[in-house]
Formats: sequence, C-alpha cells, structure tokens
Amino acid sequence: MSHAATHDQHDDHHGAPKNFFQRWCMSTNHKDIGTLYLIFALTMFFIGGSFAMVIRAELFKPGLQLVQPYFFNEMTTMHALVMIFGAIMPAFVGLGNWMIPLMVGAPDMALPRMNNLSFWILPFAFTLLLSTLFMPGGGPAGGWTMYPPLSLQSDSLAYVVFAIHLMGISSIMGAINIIATILNMRAPGMDLLKMPVFVWSWLITAFLLIAVMPVLAGAVTMLLTDKYFGTNFFNPGGGGDPVLYQHIFWFFGHPEVYIMILPAFGIISEVIPTFARKPIFGYKAMVFAIASIAFLSFIVWAHHMFAVGLPLGADIFFMYATMLIAVPTGVKVFNWVATMWGGSMTFETPMLFAVAFVILFTIGGFSGLMLALVPADFQYQDTYFVVAHFHYVLVTGALFAIISATYYWLPKWSGRMYSEFWGKVHFWNSVVWVNVLFFPQHFLGLAGMPRRIPDYNVAFANFNMISSIGGFLFGASQLIFLGVLIHGVFFSKKKATDRVWEGAKGLEWTVPSPAPHHTFEVPPVIHDEELAHGNVNA
Amino acid sequence: MKSPGCYLGAKVIKRSPRGLIMSQQHDAYFVPVASYWPFVAAVVMFTTMFGAAHWLNAAPGETGFGKTVWLVGMVGVLAMFFGWFRSVIRESLAGSYNHQVDTSFRMGMMWFIFSEVMFFGAFFGALFYIRMFSVPWLGGEGHGVLTHQFLWNDYAASWGANGGNGPQHLGGAFRTVPAWGLPLLNTLILLSSSVTVTIAHHALRAGHRGKILLFLGLTVLLGALFVNFQAHEYIEAYHELNLTLHSGVYGSTFFLLTGFHGLHVTLGTIMLAVIWFRVLKGHFSKEHHFGFEAVAWYWHFVDVVWLGLFLFVYIL
Repeated sequence: MSHAATHDQHDDHHGAPKNFFQRWCMSTNHKDIGTLYLIFALTMFFIGGSFAMVIRAELFKPGLQLVQPYFFNEMTTMHALVMIFGAIMPAFVGLGNWMIPLMVGAPDMALPRMNNLSFWILPFAFTLLLSTLFMPGGGPAGGWTMYPPLSLQSDSLAYVVFAIHLMGISSIMGAINIIATILNMRAPGMDLLKMPVFVWSWLITAFLLIAVMPVLAGAVTMLLTDKYFGTNFFNPGGGGDPVLYQHIFWFFGHPEVYIMILPAFGIISEVIPTFARKPIFGYKAMVFAIASIAFLSFIVWAHHMFAVGLPLGADIFFMYATMLIAVPTGVKVFNWVATMWGGSMTFETPMLFAVAFVILFTIGGFSGLMLALVPADFQYQDTYFVVAHFHYVLVTGALFAIISATYYWLPKWSGRMYSEFWGKVHFWNSVVWVNVLFFPQHFLGLAGMPRRIPDYNVAFANFNMISSIGGFLFGASQLIFLGVLIHGVFFSKKKATDRVWEGAKGLEWTVPSPAPHHTFEVPPVIHDEELAHGNVNA
Repeated sequence: MKSPGCYLGAKVIKRSPRGLIMSQQHDAYFVPVASYWPFVAAVVMFTTMFGAAHWLNAAPGETGFGKTVWLVGMVGVLAMFFGWFRSVIRESLAGSYNHQVDTSFRMGMMWFIFSEVMFFGAFFGALFYIRMFSVPWLGGEGHGVLTHQFLWNDYAASWGANGGNGPQHLGGAFRTVPAWGLPLLNTLILLSSSVTVTIAHHALRAGHRGKILLFLGLTVLLGALFVNFQAHEYIEAYHELNLTLHSGVYGSTFFLLTGFHGLHVTLGTIMLAVIWFRVLKGHFSKEHHFGFEAVAWYWHFVDVVWLGLFLFVYIL
C-alpha cells in the first residue's frame, strides 16, 4: 500500500494535532467529533431549557405576566425545535460516534471526514434558526410542526426551512456514516447478532433517519414554495389541502419520535445488564422488538391527526396499528425487568437513571396508548395531556437515557470517576422534580387545558403553579449535572479503571481509560466471553 | 506525486500479523488525516442558505444583500466540491484506499441515493394525495361534501386542464403538456443515455479507452439535450399553455416534480462530464473506478424517477 508515501506527512497518530483549529475543526477522529456533538447537545439543552423556563414562568399564574403572547409562542416553537434537533438527536449521534467504533472494534467511523461535516453543519444551522429570534418580525411561532396556513404567515419561515434543510443534511450524513460503520467496519468475529443492543438500536435508527429526513425536507420545501413562489400545495382554493402537509410531516414525524427513543432503548439495554450483573434477557427478542417498532413507525403517522377529520376507516386503521406498537415495546420493558430479576444489583447513578427510565417511560407509554384510542383522543387532542405524554417519553425517556449513558461512559471518556454522591444528588432531584413538573399536566389536560397558550382559566391555576415549581427545580437540578460533568472531566482525583464497572462487558471496556486518541488500529481478536452477548447462539 | 498539504494524504495503519481471522478481510485499516474541507463545506452551506433566506425576505422590488451573500456562498460551494474531491482523487490515485474504504464509499452512495428516493417520495406522495383525495373531495366526493356545498358548489373536480388549478381556478385557464410530444422524446433520450452509460461501463471494464470516451461523451450530450428540451417545455408551458407555478396544485406538482428532477439531471450531467475528463486523465483502472460507478448509479436513479414522472405526471 502507500506506506512509504505516508512518512512525509504529519502524523497525528501519537498525540493531538498541532493547534486548536486543526484538532477540533478539521478532525477525522470519532472521539473528538463525538465530544463536539455531546458539548453541542449540552449547550442546546441549556438554551432549550431556558426557553422552557420562560414558558413555565409565564404559566406560573393565570393572566399575562412576563411576556407577550407572540413571544410565548416563539418560545414553545423554539423550545421544541432546539430540544429535538439540537439536544436529543445530536446527543445520541455523539454517543454513537464515541461508542459504536469502540463497541464493534473499529478504528474510527467509516467516513471520518463526512462525520466532521455532519457535526459542523449543526452549529451553523442553529445559528440560522436562533438568529430569527432577534430579527424584525421575530422567530417562528406556529409550533414546531409548522402547520400551514399559520406557519406561512411568519417572515422567519425561509430561515427556519433552510435551517431544517441543514439539520436534515447533517442527520442523513451522520446516519449513512453509522450504517457504513456498523456494516463495514466491525472487527472480524463481531457478528451482527453479537453486537451490543446499543449498536443494533443505532443501526435501525440510522435507517429511519435516512428514510424520513428527506421527507421532512420535501414537506418544508413545499411550505417554502407555497409562501414565496406561489404554489398551492396547502391551499384548498388551488386544489391543495392543509391536511396534506400534516400527512407528509407526520410520515416524517412519527419515525422521528422513534429516532429519539430507539437509541435510548439501546443505552438502557447496556446499562441494566452491567449493574444487574446478568446478560440481557432475551437478546434476540430485544433486537427484533426494535426492528418491529421501526417498521410499525411507518404506518401509524395519522394518529397525530385523528381530530382533523380523516375518513373513519383511516382513523380505525391508524388506531389499531398504533396500539400494536405496545406489543414490541412491552417485550422490551418486560425484558429489562427480567434482566434485573435475580441479578446482583447495585445502584450507581447510571443504573438509577436506567431504572427511572423503565418506570417513567412506561408511564409515558401508557398515556400514549390512551391517546391512541380515537374517541378518547378527540378529547385529549391538543391538551396538556399530550404535553405530559410526550414529555414523559422524551424527558424521562430519551433524556434520562442520555444522562444515564453519560454517567455510564464518562469514566471511559475522561479517565476519571465522577462524584457518585453528587451524581445521586442530581438523580434524586431530577426524578422528583420531573414528576412534580409533568405529572400534574396529565390532570390539566384531562380537565381541558389547551397546549400552546400563554394564559388560562383560573380553574387550572393550582396545578400550573405546582408544575412550574417542578419545572424551575428540575431546571436547576441540571446545573448539578453540569457541575458533576465539569468535576468528573477535569478535576476528579479518582482514576477510572479500564473496566470501570464491575459487571461491564463488551469491547469498549477492554481499552484503557481514558480511551486513547486512536483505538483498535489493529482489529481486536474477539473472545466471545468478553462480549455481553457473545454466546447468544450457544 | 508532489507532497500534498497537511489535509491531504493518508495514514495507513498496518495490519498486525497475529491472528488468523483478521487476515481474511482486513488488509489494513484506513483513517484519513485531518482536512479543512468539511469545515469549509459547513461555512459555505451556511452562507448559501443564509443568503437565500435573506433574499427571499427582501422587500418587494429589492434584493438586499441576500443575493450577494447567496452568490458568494454558491461560488464557495463549487470551490469546496472542487477542493474536497481533488484531495480525495489524489489520495485515491496514491493508492491509499483499500477494499474496506471502497465498500464504505459504495454504501455511502447507495444510502444517499435511497435518501433521494425518499425526497422524491414526498413529492410523489403529495401528487397522489392531491389526485386521489384533495381534489375529488373539493368536488364534493366522499369526505368533502360540506366543503363543496358551502364553499365551492360549482367546482367540478377533475385533474388536468379542467380543474387541476382548484375551485378558485388559480392562475387562470391553462392547457397541459401533451405526453406524446417532447416528454416522450425526453423519455427516449434518458433511456438511451442509460444504455450508453452502461456500454461505457463495460468498455471501462474491458479497458477500451476510446470507446469509454465516446459513449460517456454521448451520455453527457444526451443529458444536456434532455435539460435543453425540458427548458423548451417550460418556456412553452409559460408562454403558450399558460401553465405556470401559479396554476393551482396542477402547476405546483408539475413544476416541483419535473423541476427537482431536472435539477438532478443537470447535476448528473455535470457529474458525468467530470467523470469524462477524469477518464481522459486516466484516473480509472479496470478494477478501480468507483467514481464512475457512483455517477452511473446516480444516472440510473434519475432515469427511474423520470419513468415515474412520465407515467404519473404526463400520461395519467
């Protein structure tokens, strides 16, 4: 090969490249890019969180106190866009970037430069999106779903559409990279059915991303041409239909929901076996359950639209298809519980978050089942019940899994143990206040409080005040997280061992802590007993 | 080959001789060295998008600075593609890319084309929904009785020239492009171009340079001819048929579907032309010509999309 030709080139093999720009802006290293993704996601988490604080502050009491209604609507819209596309998704991609090559014994991602581009698009895309808040006319305020005709009234539409195009390009490239890495870069002997569940979940998630992000791009492009180029896709006067937008959007949107939860399933399936000191119960069933959920995600989209006036046959089809998802999801929940059953369990911070995930995500799943029933949904549609439902699956679901993963793998990244005490303080504060924050919203919704409003009937005052107090304290609890992270990365005196956790299995624990800049330059020899699922076929 | 900059070149990690399994497929792992092109790409993409958004929001009659920013961004995008591909081509010619990298590239291109299929899927889906549901419903069928009765009870829903622009007859009376004129010719052109590019591929594998250049050149010409006819069709639609972007959903679906396809044909033609010059420079060998194959796949993909368009937009 070109071994001779490489000698005259600068070699970043044994150490960081020369300067800051070269290391972070020109990186082809999956660990550095993963770190960038995670820092970006954390930043966006706090920006999106500050929007949520504005929302909860305004809703603390009935009446308008702090902000104008239009600004309130900008906050609900931006909170969603920033949290979904800026915090949750990049956090999962960052975790995938860091861990997938380590878990399958690859030296790096399959397409390292494209990996760097996938990341660097994001800060620019969010600059474009967030800049609209400071423009004359303000940012988008029609909700993150951007339903026409409301969204077409906003002058910021072009900025939002192009920002979404950029995020879509980034996600598609990231997903292609992950698929190519998993299918092409595994060490010899790392069979598909020996891969960690986290890797499986990302393989399937990446497929979903490539399948639906272009559909979102198409939908928002139609919005753009309807507003600026005189097309009539969503204008009944011209033969179009606003409901068409909702169909296309939710064809993207429902798989998107699973894009934000399947990697979380993967994380929980890594964490629980480690701290239960037992292999995952029903490995193959877990993999097939993820695949089934992914398949079903393509045929349930209209359950977001029961109340727009679909033909009855469509309502009924989408209702039953949606309820079907409870089957593979139930398989997963039961298998997590069965994994813990009879295990020698310890409750370090990652495990605490994982156990909280199993319980609280299940609550979110059950409220989802309630929403799946067409006649019931007619009552719940666009109420705080929906808000409570998707925050249970996204905050105590996706976010708790990300936090669990961060505590779980942080010692491997930094080489230091975080403070277990402060980790637990963070956990107990989070888990208490998140329930104070979101549980009363179920009652508000059932009592009829609509979502996306800055003011409400005094009848809703008490639960809103409780919810807001929970919100402020949940938000403040995340500052503890920030503190634990900074301490755990830079200051902690306690060195992590290579294995880190007593019960941890898998290739990522065979490399030193902190993981060196380059790992598995030589494909590792796979010993099945080192893998979490090595003897699955035995 | 002269010594490239720090962004260029490849670091090949040699295989360890130990272990039986790993010698089966991994001759060496390849991790490319750092490159500034991805960062440049992010900057120029942002510049283009920001410029375009600003341009679209400019006051009527003005363009503001958005157009200038957009132009700068577009020039940057072109320069970025040129620079990034140049460094990749140099690395490829230096023999840095092994079988595993080749497979990664192939997977990347295949999944990219799949994403493009889904992008067109959104517009085809919109077309089917509009024709199957929204227009008939506006005409009072099935689910749309009340809308029809209260808003537009004189609207007789049908597709094409008699009602394809909706109950308000937006854009005024228009005529449609007949399928068996230019569109049929364009179908034949694209199908022939698929044949010529395949002949060129076979010639490449057999090592017949002259034949490659001839048939690949033909493919480029056929692509350019298609775009040219498509432009003629648009001009005729606007000036003779009064079929415009404003002609209700018929105009919306017609121009967005054929327009995005035309854009892809244009891009594909440019890519084929680049490959033609690369053949001229001797970049490809009988075994290693992924650049050629990737573009050929892309070309077949735009061909298939066109067949869908011909059937669902022009004929039916």
